[in-house]
Amino acid sequence: MIVGLFNDWVVVVLMMIGLYIVIAHGNLVKKLIGLSIFQTSVFIFYISMAKVDGGTAPILADGVTQYSNPLPHVLILTAIVVGIATTALGLSLVVRIKEAYSSIEEENIQKQDNKALKQSAMEQQA
Amino acid sequence: MTAHLPILQVIIPLMAAPICLILKRAKLVWLFSLIVSVLAFSVSVLLLQQVMTSGVISYELGGWQAPWGIEYRIDKLNAFVLLIITSISTLVLIAAQASIEKEIPKDKHTLFYVLFLLSLTGMLGIVATGDAFNVFVFLEISSLSAYALIALGKNRRALWASYQYLIMGTIGATFILIGIGLMYQMTGTLNMQDLSQRLPEVAATRTVFVAFAFVTVGLCLKLALFPLHLWLPNAYAFAPSIVTAFFAATATKVAIYLLIRFTFSVFGLSFSFTTIPLQTVFMALGLIGIFVASSTAIYQNNIKHVFAYSSISQIGYMIIGFSLSSVTGLTSTLLHLFNHALMKSAIFLALAAIMFRVGNVQLDNFRGLGRQMPLTMAAIVVGGLSLIGVPLTVGFVSKWYLLTALLEQGWWPIAALVLLASILAVVYVWRIVEVAYFKEPLPDRAPVKEAPLIFLVPIWILVIANVYFGIDTRFSVQVAESAAQSLFGVSL
Repeated sequence: MIVGLFNDWVVVVLMMIGLYIVIAHGNLVKKLIGLSIFQTSVFIFYISMAKVDGGTAPILADGVTQYSNPLPHVLILTAIVVGIATTALGLSLVVRIKEAYSSIEEENIQKQDNKALKQSAMEQQA
Repeated sequence: MTAHLPILQVIIPLMAAPICLILKRAKLVWLFSLIVSVLAFSVSVLLLQQVMTSGVISYELGGWQAPWGIEYRIDKLNAFVLLIITSISTLVLIAAQASIEKEIPKDKHTLFYVLFLLSLTGMLGIVATGDAFNVFVFLEISSLSAYALIALGKNRRALWASYQYLIMGTIGATFILIGIGLMYQMTGTLNMQDLSQRLPEVAATRTVFVAFAFVTVGLCLKLALFPLHLWLPNAYAFAPSIVTAFFAATATKVAIYLLIRFTFSVFGLSFSFTTIPLQTVFMALGLIGIFVASSTAIYQNNIKHVFAYSSISQIGYMIIGFSLSSVTGLTSTLLHLFNHALMKSAIFLALAAIMFRVGNVQLDNFRGLGRQMPLTMAAIVVGGLSLIGVPLTVGFVSKWYLLTALLEQGWWPIAALVLLASILAVVYVWRIVEVAYFKEPLPDRAPVKEAPLIFLVPIWILVIANVYFGIDTRFSVQVAESAAQSLFGVSL
């Protein structure tokens, strides 16, 4: 059970680690790291799904009759590109957040926003 | 030429996006994007015409046959949604140049249009395609450009909102990806038509249940169903006004379309609603969403926040109609898809005009605007009346259908609650009207002029559409009804 589904266990564990980091950590870069781990677990899931027992790479050759399914690999190439784009965009956002707030801690940013909100509310009352 | 319409719908804005970079001059790029959007609009009109007269169009990409190659499949449902997206994008783009002049730094104007067109491409692709993995790819194209567009907002909170949206959106999209993977694992196909035929054989397995759960939750994140709506208010409030007008009218609609597509066409009616208690879950969440979001809207001082929360509550109405799983219920959802796009784009464009003249959309700054910008404020009032659901506006039509659908199945307590929720809408719209019409203008502010024509024309086209489709419902009801019927025809 555990050995046979080894890949699936890895996928589930990585997925949970990733999601946990995204939820639990306040540091914006760490959140993105968690997101990447989360996405990577899905890549592994697709790739291990395509493996056919005893199959080789899907290249036509003499004496080989069983091939692994190449389609999920191709799909996941696309998903990897999407993942990289997401991480790059996320990191560039973090850079700009750092410039604007001079902090990359969620709590700190939230505090600054709340303070600004309160100030503008007080100005309005005045 | 007409045979290639389905792919032209997606490829025209996709190809146009890099061309914008070559054109460089902001005014030129604006005209070019506007022309591209008009082209996309005409393609979607032709598509809808073709679908209404001769039925489903299937287009095989690169000539590869359907279950193996990628298929674009246009039926009444997605032709209708394509029309909504392209018409709104065209109207919004008219006002874009003037609006971004004040809200986005000069050197980023060209990039704004590139992102806008890519986002449009993504949405059109999601709707046009008949391939489950293709959906994911287009979803990410539209979302990635959406994050960047939101981050263009002037206020630094736009960055933070965009980051939060990026995290939530990526989790949602990855959930959908997992769901699609599980479906592929069970059936060995990605084509939606093929999936719908093969899934019933394996419907009793846990894998398919999990796949359904992942896809549904992922989509609910994207469509901002309560309690997964937290990314939406700030993203809408701090994005550049034009972006808000475009997204409020289209982005969540596309996700709702996908939800309908997956539950009705791919998984099938009997699986989605009989095997799984989707009805109870969605009806409850939709109803709570309406009340929570509407009452939050009442306490907001940033008017963009007010209408962002109102969008979340309107999504609740759509979800309730959807959860009834009847033809009338689905008709009301599709109608509301169309009608809500009309009202929200009118309102947010009017807010863009106020942003242009006044510089911000805090409630206090609305003082005296009723006299200083009469046409713009009148547009907000008509849009607001439509949100409430006053007769002779589109809002009334879709609420009427929703109530009929609810009463048809004897859900009269829910119907009563839906009516009650409309009163909350009265409250948040009235707050704005009161300040704008009955309070003296701020003493230390120079009088504001009416918005320029370039804003007023698209705003009033939308306002007139709001009233026109509220009186002459033939077009919208006929298309929505036949789309709903065809969905039930397929799965029953």
